[in-house]
Amino acid sequence: MSAALKLTDLSKTFPVGKRLFGAPKAGVKAVQPLSLTVEQGETLGIVGESGCGKSTLARMLVGLLPPTTGQIEIDGAPLDNADPATFGQKIQYVFQDPISSLNPRKTIRQIMDAPLRHLHGMDAKARTARIAEIFAAVNLREEFLDRYPHEFSGGQAQRIGIARALAADARILILDEPVSALDVSVQAQVLNLLADLKQKFGLTYIFISHDLAVVEAVSDRVAVLYFGSVVEVGPADQVFAAPRHPYTRLLADSAPVVGRALAAPEAKETELPDPLNPPEGCAFRARCPRATEVCAGAVPSLEVQSDSVSAACFHPLADTD
Amino acid sequence: MSFLRLLSRNRLALAGLIVMSVVVLLALLTPILPLPDPDVTNTAERFKKPFSERALLGTDHLGRDLASRLMWGTRLSLAVGFAAAVAAATIGAAIGVIAGFYGGRVDNVIMRGVDMLMGFPYILLALAIVAALGPGLLNALIAVAAVNIPFFARNIRGVTVGIAHKEFVDAARLCGMSNARIIITEVVPNVVPVIVIAMSTTIGWMILETAGLSFLGLGSQPPQADLGSMLGEARSALITNPHTSVVPGAMILVIVMAINLLGDGVRDALDPRLKSGALSRPMPTTMVRRTDPVPQPEGDGILSLRNLQTQFHVKDRIYKAVGGVDLSVRPGECLGIIGESGSGKSVTALSIMGLVASPPGVITGGAVHYKGEDLIGAPYETLRHLRGDRVAYIFQDPLATLHPLYTVGAQLIEAIQSHHRTSTSEARARAIELLKSVRIPNAEARVDNYPHEMSGGMRQRVGIAMALANDPEVIIADEPTTALDVTVQAQILALLDDLRRERGLAIIFITHDFGVVAQLCDRVAVMYAGRIVEEGPTDAILNAPAHPYTARLMACVPELGQGRRQLAAIPGLPPVVDKLPAGCAFADRCPKAASACRSGDIDLGPFGPARKIRCIDPEIPVQEATA
Repeated sequence: MSAALKLTDLSKTFPVGKRLFGAPKAGVKAVQPLSLTVEQGETLGIVGESGCGKSTLARMLVGLLPPTTGQIEIDGAPLDNADPATFGQKIQYVFQDPISSLNPRKTIRQIMDAPLRHLHGMDAKARTARIAEIFAAVNLREEFLDRYPHEFSGGQAQRIGIARALAADARILILDEPVSALDVSVQAQVLNLLADLKQKFGLTYIFISHDLAVVEAVSDRVAVLYFGSVVEVGPADQVFAAPRHPYTRLLADSAPVVGRALAAPEAKETELPDPLNPPEGCAFRARCPRATEVCAGAVPSLEVQSDSVSAACFHPLADTD
Repeated sequence: MSFLRLLSRNRLALAGLIVMSVVVLLALLTPILPLPDPDVTNTAERFKKPFSERALLGTDHLGRDLASRLMWGTRLSLAVGFAAAVAAATIGAAIGVIAGFYGGRVDNVIMRGVDMLMGFPYILLALAIVAALGPGLLNALIAVAAVNIPFFARNIRGVTVGIAHKEFVDAARLCGMSNARIIITEVVPNVVPVIVIAMSTTIGWMILETAGLSFLGLGSQPPQADLGSMLGEARSALITNPHTSVVPGAMILVIVMAINLLGDGVRDALDPRLKSGALSRPMPTTMVRRTDPVPQPEGDGILSLRNLQTQFHVKDRIYKAVGGVDLSVRPGECLGIIGESGSGKSVTALSIMGLVASPPGVITGGAVHYKGEDLIGAPYETLRHLRGDRVAYIFQDPLATLHPLYTVGAQLIEAIQSHHRTSTSEARARAIELLKSVRIPNAEARVDNYPHEMSGGMRQRVGIAMALANDPEVIIADEPTTALDVTVQAQILALLDDLRRERGLAIIFITHDFGVVAQLCDRVAVMYAGRIVEEGPTDAILNAPAHPYTARLMACVPELGQGRRQLAAIPGLPPVVDKLPAGCAFADRCPKAASACRSGDIDLGPFGPARKIRCIDPEIPVQEATA
């Protein structure tokens, strides 16, 4: 297996208090420098709560946001300039809100035509043939092509969004909460479709979600983000079953599960640290039951714990905890 | 065509349209009408009265035919006003789109420039432009267009900022489109309705301004007539021969009135919010139109719904959002209602206190008994006393339900004082106590926070505190944790569970999450297409679902700890509630459906000692119905 996507020290700092001239007053580190590798044909799940930087990361990966530092390599070739048109041929994006990702004033055919025409320069005949092929793959009827987005249900609109991403012929898809706007019965249809497409076209997925169960069900590996950093990464079946980082444990314990008694795993008020005034040391230590003085002194780095699980923690949990 | 129909619903706009059509038609036909030359002077015939021979509207101080001058002048004024509006709209919209799309520094520089332009008094700026360019109709047009550009630029910029951050613009970028192409093909088509609306409401104003400049002698030059210059020339004879001023003045009045009425109508017809009827004010309680006999109370529930039916009447369609729901909740009990979007669970909850917006909502049958008293059709005052006092709601999005301009303390105090006569200081003490009871740390300080100063979890705690403000007996929580992160959700659920045990609250908890239901609810009702398909103790149903829909829906939901796998999906979509099939609504998606399923209504019947089910072919035998 070779790396389809390799991130090296990728980070994003947003300026705060912009001035007309000169440097901004402060910066918010939305994504701390992080390195990740995604293998060819793999699904990497990324989980985290709101404000953890997962959407910022996703937008950097497709070139919609220029990274502050670091670089993105696709199939071994670095992509330096943040130009969505260059990115678009190699890596595509499926949006969270299926309806608002489709221009309400364009027909589905016009929407599907765009990537074929602008990324691949196909003529009208080739486009028609290609659209037919893609629509067959995502189980959409061709008669939908002359309708407008508002005529579709959320699930159908999300299929159209996936079809558009496929039309660009990219090998890597960033799926940013692709099913969180959908009802559960439709959610399963879309997840299964994504699994089929991956097999059929040999795709690589980065699946971003706040729903741990969904991520676990579709991913090979999972990375847990907290406050802009990866705190744990490892095989999907191990990360939640045997968490190493106390934050992963907290997430897993908070998820409502049928047959588990209700108990708030945290007595304290949970607040994310203030991004304008980040804490020293480990960002999670204020909420962490295992925090000691070491945690306040330095930021833990991501280290291999066991069974190819890595966690950024000075006091990782063991199997017996 | 629907646009014209919407427009004609507004009588005044229709009148404006008719008047304007006549005026425009006459202006267009002026060259071929049998009118004398408007510029030929005949001082012998000066100041002839209207309706005199050979001069229908009389003549002016140079003996020129007023009717002819009026028609030619109207033609010119309309053309100049329209041209100025088009020019201002085009340039202003272009500026606004560019500023709004690029944002940042570009936006800053452009919009500060526009602000400076707006800083000058309006008419002074127009005068300065004409003074610099020299008098003349074309220069007046330029001046009027220029002073109106900021209005369009600001308006369009605001709309563009909203559109430029939509996901479809990002999607277009990823499809390899250049910025210029995105602006033209993605942004502009979505901005055009706003431009048309802005134009329709300002064109009358611009005609007036052009007339003003001409009146001052800065617009059309003699002998050419436009409405403003006609007024200006007639000024000296205002007392002696008023008809020379009244004729052009009346025309200006008619044109501007008609255009403004029409413009308002166009705006209303194009505005999507008005189209959906959202701005029509809903009534304080849901409309009730019950034809069948009202069911009598039964059972020991503090709140019980009997055969509740709520419909939405939109034009000629009837959406049966709630098609006969029976539910009951006892003190200290938590009843879950689970279902997908469109299943009618929220409408059921809102119908209880008559909170479904009417129009278009109508309660068409059934009863809601609170302690034996029927709330459906109860007078508004009765409902108002119960709402928030005995029966309180918690909604999904606390940011939308809390008022952004008042502190949370002020809103809690209002909630208390609207039901109890207490002093503000007492109510404030109670508000702090409430915030403590929902475990908000440092409640004494937090009470003076505004909603935006709190995190999502904190705001939802405030929402719960507000629901608890008057010690209600029933709380209806409509997806209260859906917008929250899992760690916060766990805390909120634990809080609600503690509260109902401490205070003996009855909770109706609406959700789409089986995990949440399992942890919090004693009983659960599963809704599909406006009806309950299965009801009973939570454990029993989650361990052994009897209705095929419940079973299939549970299979769709991935559960943490089961690892990577293929998910079961339910093929197809739920039926639309304005076209419900005969018989079981789930039959089209059910693998076990038989002809008996589609032949007629299936009742919600008992299934074992504690459960009910609306199915003739349950998933499990009735002997296994007990948990």
